[in-house]
Amino acid sequence: MPGTVSATASTPPRVMTGEHFMVGDHACAEGALAAGLDFFAGYPITPSTEICERLAHRLPQVGGTFVQMEDELGSIAAILGASAAGARTLTATSGPGFSLMMENIGLAAMMEIPCVIVDVMRGSPSTGLPTLVGQADVFQARWGSHGDYGIVAYSPSSPQECFDLTIRAFNVADRLRIPVFVLMDEVIGHMTERVVIPPAQQIPRVDRKRPSHEPGDAVFLPFKADADLIPPMAHAGEGYNVHFTGLTHDERGYPALNAQTHEQLVTRLVNKVAVHAPEAILTEEVDLDDAEVVVVAFGCTARSARRAVAMARQQGVKAGLLRLISLWPFPEERVRDLGRRDAVKRFVVPEINMGQMCREVERLTHLPVQSINRAGGAMITPQSILEVLVS
Amino acid sequence: MSTETTQNGPVQIRIAGYGGQGVILTGMLLGKAASLYDAKEAVFTQSYGPEARGGASSADVVISSDPIDYPLVTEPDILVTLFQEAYSKYRSSLKPGGTLIVESDLVHTNGDANVAGLPASRMAETIGRRIVANVVVFGYLVGKTGVISKEAAIKAIEATVKPKTYELNLKAFSAGYARATEESGRE
Repeated sequence: MPGTVSATASTPPRVMTGEHFMVGDHACAEGALAAGLDFFAGYPITPSTEICERLAHRLPQVGGTFVQMEDELGSIAAILGASAAGARTLTATSGPGFSLMMENIGLAAMMEIPCVIVDVMRGSPSTGLPTLVGQADVFQARWGSHGDYGIVAYSPSSPQECFDLTIRAFNVADRLRIPVFVLMDEVIGHMTERVVIPPAQQIPRVDRKRPSHEPGDAVFLPFKADADLIPPMAHAGEGYNVHFTGLTHDERGYPALNAQTHEQLVTRLVNKVAVHAPEAILTEEVDLDDAEVVVVAFGCTARSARRAVAMARQQGVKAGLLRLISLWPFPEERVRDLGRRDAVKRFVVPEINMGQMCREVERLTHLPVQSINRAGGAMITPQSILEVLVS
Repeated sequence: MSTETTQNGPVQIRIAGYGGQGVILTGMLLGKAASLYDAKEAVFTQSYGPEARGGASSADVVISSDPIDYPLVTEPDILVTLFQEAYSKYRSSLKPGGTLIVESDLVHTNGDANVAGLPASRMAETIGRRIVANVVVFGYLVGKTGVISKEAAIKAIEATVKPKTYELNLKAFSAGYARATEESGRE
């Protein structure tokens, strides 16, 4: 039944094909189910709780496993373990839980274990504003665990994108063997809008690369990457001799605590995301062809920005919008190109934090970059963006 | 693609009551009817503040024939208040010339001009159960404003409520709708 947990006798299918009027958190959960989610472990936290609730109801119905964990440290550890055994795994949280997960996010990057982590951003730091919007976890998603590693993060602007991007997150995670984030914000997670779910056979699926060697083949090296910098993944329990460790490891997966191995491994972990960035990056462009002012925005703020751009155009200001659908990798080339255009005079970056993604734009252009910020708790209004566009 | 802000643009609706009056379901029905059965765009949001527990509760819906960018209700064209505190809190937000609907047994408007009042709870009791007062209000809102079609509203009810309560909810909707159309002399 659209939009609500059904009270009907028949069990809904894994892919709820059809048109629904659905809240963003539920659309994210349905996207995960459609993507073939096998295992969810989580600890409910506002404003992501509805993802947990939906999956607690739905995942067992379709043969998956739902575990409510003791906390977020356990949640991330459980999804890494299940993923190492071959499952498609998810957890969902908000800022305070995201912080607790950081250590094992680094472990996922180091051990190259695919998983999807949803962070529905609320006012922060600390427990901040549980029920109200924030967008201040975007740098934490990129740099939150210690050390150098690459990740991918998507930022939906609608319930439909919560569905679509969660599916994409699973495919990118499996393709690149990395943790992938879906960075929703409270407004998007709690907003209800039409969500169209396609037939099951139209849901895109990219699986992990698997070893070409048979289990027990002595020449198989589980952490030896192919030319695409990604090693085929041998799962625990299949008979392969696999060893996962957070210590610097060689191609066998065994600790090799020396500078040369470390250099090779960390360089590869960073480069494998960099070289595949073009497949991961997603943007939407609105009225950029003749734009003199380029707004760069994401999540719910992109909706305000879209309105502000339309209003500015009505007032004769040539504004355009570069909407970040992927936050990481950042679309560096696109922003550089826009900055080199003769027409473009400045960038405007509204975001519900004290100025994070604006730093990315600043490092890619010599043009003025105007930051529009609020600490959290409410959306940035179209009017406040418009004032900067027409100034 | 961009949304008009003229009178053909988005219609903003706010339904405010206290927890348990069913305002969230009413907003859900309205948005679902517009979005799935009337070929319009709709966004439904609700108050998630700490006050949502037991106290004031509001459901906000934006309906438009074009894609909706900014999702929040800022200045409702239609304001429904189901108890006094909601009326006091939101009355000033109503757009000049907008439609104000109140639960007339629970809200005293002190001579407020152009108020459309209905005793929804009493009407619901007459139908059978007080709990469907929100659907009486839904019917009245649809009949009074025409913001969505009657057909879409009924489809939304059918797709949302438990099957065994459908007839009761349909009666509640029809009672509210009939009251609105009788008042305006339509149908």
